[in-house]
Amino acid sequence: MNYYVRKLAFYLVAIWAALTLNFIIPRLLPGNPVDILLAKFQQHGGIVDASTRKAYQLLLGGDTDTSLISQYVSYLRNVFRGDLGVSVSYFPARVTDVIATSLPWTIVLIGLATVLSTVIGVTLGAFVGWKPGTWLDSLVPATTLLSAVPYFWLALILVYFFGTKLHWLPVQGGYDVALDPGWSWPFVTSALKYAILPALTIVIASVGGWLLGMRNMMVSTLSEDYILTAQAKGLHEGRILRTYAARNAVLPSVAGFAISLGFVVGGSVVTEQVFSYPGIGSKLLTAVTNNDYALMQGLFLFITLSVLGANLVVDLLYGIIDPRTRARS
Amino acid sequence: MTNLTPTTEPSVADAPEQLAAAEKSSPSGGRPRAGWRLMLPTMTPWLAIGLGLVCVIGLFGILGPFLVGDPTTIRNLGMAGPDGDFLLGTTQTGQDVLAQLAFATRGSLEIGLLVGVLATVLSAFFGIFGTYIGGFVDEAFSLFSNVILVIPGLPLVIVISGFVPPENRGLWTIAIVLALTSWAGSARVLRAQTLSLRTRDYVAAARVAGEPSWRVISVEILPNLLPVLASQFVFAVISAILGEAGLSFLGLGASNSSTLGTMLFYAQNGFALPLGAWWWFIPPGAVIALFGTGLALINFSIDEIINPKLKNARRYRKLAKASRKVAA
Repeated sequence: MNYYVRKLAFYLVAIWAALTLNFIIPRLLPGNPVDILLAKFQQHGGIVDASTRKAYQLLLGGDTDTSLISQYVSYLRNVFRGDLGVSVSYFPARVTDVIATSLPWTIVLIGLATVLSTVIGVTLGAFVGWKPGTWLDSLVPATTLLSAVPYFWLALILVYFFGTKLHWLPVQGGYDVALDPGWSWPFVTSALKYAILPALTIVIASVGGWLLGMRNMMVSTLSEDYILTAQAKGLHEGRILRTYAARNAVLPSVAGFAISLGFVVGGSVVTEQVFSYPGIGSKLLTAVTNNDYALMQGLFLFITLSVLGANLVVDLLYGIIDPRTRARS
Repeated sequence: MTNLTPTTEPSVADAPEQLAAAEKSSPSGGRPRAGWRLMLPTMTPWLAIGLGLVCVIGLFGILGPFLVGDPTTIRNLGMAGPDGDFLLGTTQTGQDVLAQLAFATRGSLEIGLLVGVLATVLSAFFGIFGTYIGGFVDEAFSLFSNVILVIPGLPLVIVISGFVPPENRGLWTIAIVLALTSWAGSARVLRAQTLSLRTRDYVAAARVAGEPSWRVISVEILPNLLPVLASQFVFAVISAILGEAGLSFLGLGASNSSTLGTMLFYAQNGFALPLGAWWWFIPPGAVIALFGTGLALINFSIDEIINPKLKNARRYRKLAKASRKVAA
């Protein structure tokens, strides 16, 4: 089977698993989410009738009249129609609207921070690993400190120094609330300024892992025969470093992207909370603390879909930088 | 390798045998290590630091709670900075931060170890057992681990904790949920290693001799995977402690538990940050970071056993130093 076809098939299975997980979790766990949710719904002035109850039961379970299979089928049909219910914490907004306003913030923040930390980590790792045994290389284990620091604690420290002490950067929110959101110059610069500290948190906390992985692979790659051959041919050092050593050494880092991204996404959910960032992480916590189960489910689904999308892109890239994966299949 | 007359100094690109040979001829060369000792990491300054950090924090978690006072005692001395009576100051309600830190460290270590063991067992089952059986089981297990791997763990844990009512959210619930979401990465690493091991001649010989699967796995395969398992276990402990801290910081951890994450949760809610009470929110995070660093440094050394090529870097450094000394 073609590499790309196989990858696409895998991601279809993963999407199906995520949808099913979303369906099963509220049905398996103790508690009675529908009753709690409907009580909230009434508090916010929503009218609860049989059809509202039915709609939430479809999302969260508790329906004893219809079979699980038919519930599952109608649940999937609703999801594909983009109907994820109504949020009670942002009543009367629909879950999909809440997600649509918050998802871009998180995707831009995590996307930029991940690209930055990957590029910095891999480049530094390549250079340090290229000359193993130098004083710089002997400092590499110290970078483990960075990957062991909890994201939110690092965020608290950055807030403490750059916000509370020095007053250099804004520490709460995603943009200056005096401005109207839109593609205007003042708004974009303000959003960038507010994103510096959250992005810095993610970059600092995740760069160590990339650096260490790349450095270790560089050291292993250097003892390969093709490096020796390249040196014997009298190739330029920089060329050996880039096209011979680094290109081969980077492969495991790219293949391990899924694990790293999982950590970054998990960490940034908590980080967003520290900064009250208007992204999907803070929304998830608002949903959890307000028992807004429909929003919770919808957010989890979209976080998973975004992560799957990012992994798919990286997998496709992997097929390009490592021709063997295409040839083998 | 045909360069019989090496004109340059030894380089890291040389094969390990060559480096070993160069080491023997150089003044700093030592005796070759005994076979069983190859399974143990070489003592380096970084490993010593790692072991030191883990031991100190481990002892603090085990013995600390017996030496400090009651962490819940409320005093008429809120938000006092560190002084002679309270080495790490007090919280907003006058509770001793050091006492809280001791109990919280113990709580975090407990959950870290618990999740580490559970996750390692799960990953060994899916990664080693499934791969050894091979065929359909291997394919299915591998697909399953890969799917679990791409589903983001912490958001899933948050959603699950959101659905479970706080009164049902005990230590074991949190531990099991964390373990269920964190074994997949290790399973994939173990699978790759087991795939190469199960085709070795000695494994085939054991199979032909009619050894039962469990014996082949535990006697022939498992010992070779010990360094990998150890490294994955250490990694699982780090990520469990970090995950639990994040969860508790959001107020979604086990109820009635006291961990470093819950301490940070109370510090955040008690406005430790705007009030500048650094003694309240710096120590819990620092303990997590230092313990994690200690474990990661140990892992760094275990990696050298799994991938001996990494040792070349250190050997090269030693040689270069020795040759400089000779030249001087």
